This record gives sequence, C-alpha cells and structure tokens, in this order.
Amino acid sequence: MEFLKKNPKIFQWLFLLIVFFALCFAIEVPETYKFIRGQAEFIKDPNQSTFVFAGKEVRYYAFDVFWRLPPLLGWLPIWINDSLFFLMNDWMPMEFWNEDTQEFKTRPLLLQISRNLTGFMTFIIELIREILLGGLETIVAFTSWDFIDANPWAELPGLPWTIVAAGATILSYKLSGKSLAIFAGLTMVYISIFGQWKPSMQTLSFILVAAPLSFIFGLGLGISAFKSKRVEKALYPILLVMQTMPQYAVLVPALVLFGVGDHAAVIITMIVAIPPMILLTLLGLRAIPPEVIEAGKMSGCNNWQLMFKVLIPTARRDILIGVNQVIMVCFSMAVISAFIGAKGLGFNLLLALNQLNIGLALEAGLCISLIAILLDKMSLAWANKQTDYFGNLSFFERNKNTIFFIGAFIIGIVLAYIGTFLFKDTFNYLFEIPHNKGISTADFWNKGVDWIFDTFFVYIKAFNTWLIQDVLQPMRALYLRMPVIATIVLVVGAGYLIGGIRSALVVCGLTLFIALSPWWDRALVTTYMATFGVIVSCLIGFTVGTLCFQSKSAAKFMLGVCDIFQTFPSFVYLIPVMMLFGITDTSVLIAVIVYATIPATRYTIEGLRSVPVGLHDAATMSGVNKFQRLTKIEFPLAFPHMMLGLNQTIVFALFMVIIGAFIGTEDLGQYILKALSDKNGAGIGLTLGICVAFIGLIFDNLIRTWVDKRKKHLGIA
Amino acid sequence: MSDAVIKCESVYKIFGENAEKMLQEANGNVDAKTFQENGCIVGVNNASFEVAKGEMLVVMGLSGSGKSTLLRCISRLTDATGGKIFIEGQDLLQLNNKELIDLRRNKMGMVFQSFALLPHKTVVENIAFPLQIKGIDTDDSISKAMDMVKLVGLDGRENYFPRELSGGQQQRVGIARSLAVEPDVWFLDEPFSALDPLIRKEMQDEFLRLQDKLQKTIMFITHDFDEALKLADRIAIMKDGIIEQLDTPAKIVLNPATEYVRKFTEEVPREKVLLIEDVMEQSTGDNLGDLRVSKHEIIENVAEKILTQDKTVGVIDKNNKVIGSINPTKIINTVFGGRKNGN
Ligand SMILES: Nc1ncnc2c1ncn2[C@@H]1O[C@H](COP(=O)(O)OP(=O)(O)OP(=O)(O)O)[C@@H](O)[C@H]1O
Ligand SMILES: [Mg+2]
Repeated sequence: MEFLKKNPKIFQWLFLLIVFFALCFAIEVPETYKFIRGQAEFIKDPNQSTFVFAGKEVRYYAFDVFWRLPPLLGWLPIWINDSLFFLMNDWMPMEFWNEDTQEFKTRPLLLQISRNLTGFMTFIIELIREILLGGLETIVAFTSWDFIDANPWAELPGLPWTIVAAGATILSYKLSGKSLAIFAGLTMVYISIFGQWKPSMQTLSFILVAAPLSFIFGLGLGISAFKSKRVEKALYPILLVMQTMPQYAVLVPALVLFGVGDHAAVIITMIVAIPPMILLTLLGLRAIPPEVIEAGKMSGCNNWQLMFKVLIPTARRDILIGVNQVIMVCFSMAVISAFIGAKGLGFNLLLALNQLNIGLALEAGLCISLIAILLDKMSLAWANKQTDYFGNLSFFERNKNTIFFIGAFIIGIVLAYIGTFLFKDTFNYLFEIPHNKGISTADFWNKGVDWIFDTFFVYIKAFNTWLIQDVLQPMRALYLRMPVIATIVLVVGAGYLIGGIRSALVVCGLTLFIALSPWWDRALVTTYMATFGVIVSCLIGFTVGTLCFQSKSAAKFMLGVCDIFQTFPSFVYLIPVMMLFGITDTSVLIAVIVYATIPATRYTIEGLRSVPVGLHDAATMSGVNKFQRLTKIEFPLAFPHMMLGLNQTIVFALFMVIIGAFIGTEDLGQYILKALSDKNGAGIGLTLGICVAFIGLIFDNLIRTWVDKRKKHLGIA
Repeated sequence: MSDAVIKCESVYKIFGENAEKMLQEANGNVDAKTFQENGCIVGVNNASFEVAKGEMLVVMGLSGSGKSTLLRCISRLTDATGGKIFIEGQDLLQLNNKELIDLRRNKMGMVFQSFALLPHKTVVENIAFPLQIKGIDTDDSISKAMDMVKLVGLDGRENYFPRELSGGQQQRVGIARSLAVEPDVWFLDEPFSALDPLIRKEMQDEFLRLQDKLQKTIMFITHDFDEALKLADRIAIMKDGIIEQLDTPAKIVLNPATEYVRKFTEEVPREKVLLIEDVMEQSTGDNLGDLRVSKHEIIENVAEKILTQDKTVGVIDKNNKVIGSINPTKIINTVFGGRKNGN
C-alpha cells in the first residue's frame, strides 16, 4: 500500500487493467459471432442488417454494440470510390487540343491533368531507359512513327554494359574513392554476367527518375513548410498519416488516377517518398541555431544564398537521412509497384515468388539490393564531398576522371564492335548479356531449398506447428476475444494516463475510426501479428544493441549492418523466409521480426551512445561497475531514444505484416491485395490503408507523448 | 549631419504578440513590469546615442540586460519596435532588402557570442564565405581568407572543421570572418569571452593594434570591466533594456548616474580608470616638490612615484606647463577610500 501511495501512476495503470479485464469477462462472445463471417463481406445474407447513408447501402452483421460496433463508416470506401470515378470521368469537362487527331476534344479536367502528367513521366523514364538500353520511343516523341518507318537508322542505340559499368566505377571513385569504386565495378559486372542487365537498367531508370524528383519536391515542400506556418499546418496531418500508411494501400487509388505502368509507379513512389523527405528537411532546418542564420545574414546573403549556402548545408545531416529514406522507399516501391505494371527487377522478383522459384527470386532480390546499396553510398559520398583549394593540380589531374570516362567510352564501343564479329551467330555479350543467357544460380538455390526442406523438414514442420498452435493461435484468439468497448477503454485510458485529455481524445478518434470501419476484426489480426513481431524484435534488438554497445567497433559494425539491411527493399525479406518456411504465417512473422529488428537495434545503440560522456566518467569515478552503470545510468537516460526506436519498430512491423499478405494472411493486408485486383477497389484500398496508418498512429501518439514527457523530466529535451 | 556613424534615436525592442500596439499606447513611457504582465518582454528600452567614426563604444550590463538585442537592432537582424537608427546617415529601417544586403556586404561585420560558424565549412571556407557571397571568385577569396587565418594565428588549421576546434579557436575564426570584408562598422558580441586569459590578452592587444591602424567604428559587448577599460573610448551600461549611463570610463566611475551604475562600478579599481587630471587640485600651491607628472597619466602608472614623495606633486599638461597639483594622500584616498562613499 505504501508502495502504491508513492507511485500513484502504478495504481492508475492497475485500475485501468482491472477495468479492461472486467469488461472482457463481463461481455460474452455472441453465439452467432464467427471471424470468417466478419463484417461487410459483400455477400448477401438474410441475417445481415443494412442501412443506407448518402445513397450507399451498407450491409453488416449486427452484434451487441459492446461486442462489436456497427460499421457506421461502411459507406466511406464506396463513397471514396465513386467520388474518384466521378472526378476522373465527369468532373469539369473541358476542351483540350489533341495532338494525335489534330482536333479539340472534350475531356474531364482531372483526366487531362493525369494524362499530361503520366505522358511527361513516361517520356523521362523512357529517355533514361533508352540511353541505357536503346530504343525508339524517345525519337518517336519528338517526331512520329512515320518518321521511324522512313528512317530505319533513327534509334537510340543504348550503351554497351561495359561503358555503364565503367561509368559507375569512375563516378564512385570520384565521389568516394577506391573501395566504393571496387564495389560499384563488381556490382555492375555481377549484374551483367548473371543476365540481369536489362531488368536492372529498367529498375535503375525508374529510380533515377523517382528519387531525384522525390528529393526535389520533398526539399521544396520542406522549405516552404519551414518558411510558412500555414503550409506546415496544412501538411502536417497528411505527413503523419503517410508516414504510417502501408505502401500497398497507396497503389490502389493510383491505379484509378494514373493507370498501369512505370509512370504510375513513379508518381506513386513520389507520393510515398516525399513525406519523409519533407519531415526530415523540416526537422533539420528547425534545428539550426538562430545565430548561424544571423551570421549568414550579416555576411550579406540574399534569401536565395541564405537558403542554399547556409540553411540547407547546415541542416545537411537530417537532409541526408531524408535522401537515404527516399532511396530506400524508391527501391521498396520499385518492387511493390510491379503490382501496377512497373517493369524491371521488381516484376521478375514478384513473378518468381509467385511461381515459388526461390532461386530466381533470390537473384533478382540480390541485384536490387546491390543497386540500392550502391546508390545509397554514392549519394552519401556526394553530399559529403570536400573541395581541396590548395592542391596545385595539372590539367590532367583535374580532369582525369572525365578523361578516363571518355577512354572507357571509346574502348566500350570498340569492344562492342569487336563483339559483333566475335559472337556472330549468338548474342553480342560485349554489348548486353540477355536475360536467359547469363550465368544462373537459380537451380543451385532451388536445389538448396529442396535439400533444406528434405533434410530439416521434420524440424521445420515441428517448429512451425508449435509456433502456430501453441503461440500464434491462442494469441490471435485472445485478441479477437476482446470486446470493442474493452479495447477502447484500454487505449483511451492509456492515452489519458500518458498524455492527459488531449492524447486521450486523439487516440479515441483514431480507434473509433477503425472500430466503425467494416474491418475491426481484421485490424485486430493485423495488430496481433504486429504485436508479436514487435515484442520479439524488441527483445532481439535490445539484447543485440546492448551487447554491441559494449565495444566501440562492434557498435559501429552493427550500425553499418543496420544501414545495409535497411536499404533492402522490404519484399526481399520474404525470399529467405519462404525458402525456409514456405507459405505460412510463420514466414510472414519471421520476415516481420527480421525487418523490425533493424530499427530496434539501431535505436538501442544510438540511444546508449547519446548518453553524455561526462556522465559516463562521473559514474566511473564514483565507483560503479559496468553492470550498475548500464542499469542505473545508461538505460534510464537512453530509454526515451530507445522508445522512439520502438515507434519505428512498430511502423516497420506493420508494413511487413501488410506486405506479408502476399504470402497469405488473414488481416487487413489481404484485403488491400484483393482491392488491387478489384475494379472498384480504390476506396476500399485507401480506407484499409488509413486503418493501418491509424493503428500505427495510435502507438505513435502514445509513445511520442511519453517520450517528450520523459525527456523533459530527465532534462534532455 | 554630424560625423556620427551610428546614431540611435529612442530605439525600442519589445518581444511579444502585440508589442507595437502596446508601445504606442505606452506613449514613450515603457515599464518592463507592466509589459511583462501583458506577455511582452522588453529587450531594449528607449536607447538614444551616437557613435562617432573611429570610436569604440563598449556595452556592458548583466546577463539578459539587452546588450545582444541592442546590437541586433542596429545590425537589423531584428527590426526595432520603435525609434530610428542611422548608419552613416542612412535611415536603417527605411532600407529595402537590397540596400540592406549591400550595407551588410560592404560596411558591416559582426562577431557572434556563440561563434555561429557554418558547420559544413572548413576554417578557411568559413572566413571566405562573406567574400564569396559578395561574388569574389574562389581563388581571390581563399587567398584573402588565408591572410585572415594568419592574422588570427590559426595557420595550419585552415582545413579543420569548426567541430574540430576549441571554443577559443572557433571564436578567432568568427573574428577573422567578420574582418574579411574589411567592414567600417564592426559589431562584437562578447568576442573574447571564450578565450583563455593569455590568448585573450594577446587578442586584446592585437585588437587595439588593428583598431589603431584601421580606425573602425566599433560596438563591443563584454562582461569584463578590465577589458572594457582597456579598449573603450566610451562605455554604455545597460539594465533591463535601458542605457543607464553612457560616458567615458572615468566619468562613469567618478559620477555614476544611478545607484545601479554605482554598484556596478563599485569593484572597479579606480587607479586603473582615473587619470591624474580627474583627481588633481586646480590650484598649484607654493609647496610643490620636484616631481612632475602628466595630467594624462593613469593613476596606477604613477602612483608609486607620487607616494614616495613627501611634498605635493606638480601636474603638467602637454606643453610642460604646471596646471595643478596632487597630494600623495589624495592618491591614497582615491585608491582605497573612494569606493565606500562613491567619491
Ligand atoms: N527572440 C526573443 N524572444 C523573446 N525574448 C527575447 C528574445 N531574444 C531575447 N529576448 C529577451 O530579451 C532580453 C535581453 O536579451 P539579450 O540576449 O539581449 O541579453 P544579453 O544582454 O545579451 O545577455 P547575455 O549577456 O547573457 O548575452 C532577455 O530577457 C531575453 O529573454
Ligand atoms: Mg548576449
């Protein structure tokens, strides 16, 4: 009792838990309740209730409102969908000049904008693609098909792979030095001789359009948000939701708005990649000490100079993290947007996964990861580059990279030319190694998978069964057993205890949205999978992080590993787990755990590192041992930062759970995937995406509020 | 116009939502307390003064008394809430953006209290920065910056980043940067606070030497009275945004305008401030000894000589003409006795 009096918070939490469990036990499971029959399955069934709102009919299974709320928002997806179609097809028809038919045509405004935008995107993607691979489209864009027919020579020839490889190597050397150059060279050669050249270059051309555009727009919007409070206020809620919105979900409306193909993929990638860039730009600009800005002004900078010579370089650290995020998202999307028809490695990867050809998937996944790492390191090196003012260099030394490139260019062309004689009857391997003519290791991997399966089948199966029957099923059942009212009480109560009435209201709103959508049960399943993943990830990440922190080099190494793993597109994580566990929930969960462990580890190490050295020394001087120092000083101080890691872990886990739908899960993700192939799926996809985003935001809000309070308490705000 | 380079006429700076309205309503009678109750903080309160060409004005005052804010107003880093500021006769608050930028590029230099170096640039790049902003090409600006690096004694460190330098070294970079454009008007906000005593003395001497040569118009903020005495032509003492007194060091010590100034200067060693001229008797008397001292000497420098005399000492002016006298007991009184009764 004494203890409780001293810690009133603990008493309040206990009380909350008691109320929660009391509600759980007090409210019986309705007899008619069955998960599979869930709400709003779009099957007509006489047992269903219906209501009509705004002309949309919503069908659902009615339960006691304490058990499950009726889907009062059921009309929302239908309404979104209809609105989208209306906007695209009927809204504001106008006269537009049509180049092809040479006459005016009536078209809805939005459709026209979308067509122009996609036309532009297609053009730049094709341009880069054809520089790398050759083709006709670019020339056609400036002339016409008739011109091509009349002039058979008019075709971009494409660069021989040797030149691209040499170019990448030389550029890497210029930017960073030997080691990156070697890495670049090996990556390019690997891609080429393993026959992945064409899809790789397709992906690359996609990235080279999407990443810079995302960067520019993100930076620009970030700057304008920094300059104007109003822009910031307008952007902020969108940014928050976009940060936690699974990438899958954005695909569906994009389909409606921009159609199918690389151009739609680029646009949708930008939509996903721009928000983190904006946030990080804003964060970086905010953190600049005002005196630095004043120093810039006193140096006589005009607004432009102030922004680009003082503010942005000073905020470089955060902006770079933004660039890194952009590249990460772009590669992730390069795979995911294969669903809406983007060509390249991602498409091959999905196809291979679909056919359960693990070997092929692995090859494509490796290529895409290698390119991702390469581009990431190159952009980093570019931003960190220093000029040397004092070297007295000769003309050759100053321009050696250009000279080397010109040399490589000529040699490449000569080689390709020789190749035409050398490989008269087959393919010109010195120009491009075709997809199926490279060395393939797919068979090897597939055999390996078979071998693993044959050898360890018993153990894997046993583990699988144990995990599913003894851990996952009960956990899932527990989650589904929660009456909705109990969940809301728990979440809102937690919000109140952590952040007061404001926080309580925010999380209440978010929870209600999900509860009133037709997918509450599915959301519970998503949450259970994410929870399981997060718990295991945190345990692993925390332990590994703490252990690595004990030695400086280990910590550095681990952060490097995290960096690299983070660059892998999320889909790639599915490959090895499918190799081992096939198509089961276990696979998804293990992918979730691996993926979500990255931020958990990273933030643990960074948090521990951020403990001021002075305190460290002071503690050592007062004679505590290593273990005491860790538990008494470092953990408490690092805890807020580690909690931010938890936040990231949750978001990562949610993303992976949703992507896991590709393997087959029964949660929100599955519906999003379904919506992708549904003509009327846009509204459903978007609403589902918002539901997932809101799950993330509930935790985000609780954790952030807590961290802010805690930081203030510790005086490290 | 007089030859005042900087001229302030009742400058106010008030932070807060509706500062301007409140200032108008106050009708020139700003009281920090009532403003604070209404959510406004008074930074500078009715500051009027002039700084002549080649003069060094030192601003002193406790932390939070508005020194930096005053400097920011005069460099228009913040817009003053009320009043007029003239720089070389130009009305600062009327300048448009382009004129302001021109003024800063060519006329003004500033050293910041917390260094404010650009973290992504090396020492030499930081110093060359204002030059490059002006449009001077890379080679020229870097070579000019290298001269500055040598001037502040950082040669060998020109390629370091600010984070690799100690506080004192960073401040020297800041000083070099502000000097690179050869400004006529130079603002220094506690430039030497981060330096160790040895370097500080060196920098002060260097600073005086520079000033002797360059004759810039300077506003200099410091907390250190010794420093102020060493450098200042005149000293301004601020409290709660108000300039309590602005005068030569000697006059401030001898005739503190307010109780606050008296307290502020209480601990100041008089012998370091006052000149013979300030304490001598006008009458020469008949009983002069053989020793003669110049009226321009600081007491500290001649005290020992005078104290060894039994007779009154004659004071002479530039032309060796005896114009007054000083008695050893007077010296003793000034040095030891004066503090209690404020002379
Ligand atoms: N941007 C601002 N917004 C609100 N109040 C401010 C702002 N800048 C300064 N102040 C207030 O104005 C007053 C004067 O601050 P200023 O920085 O000029 O003090 P200072 O004399 O330079 O002190 P120090 O010796 O510590 O540098 C302080 O009370 C401060 O709180
Ligand atoms: Mg100050």
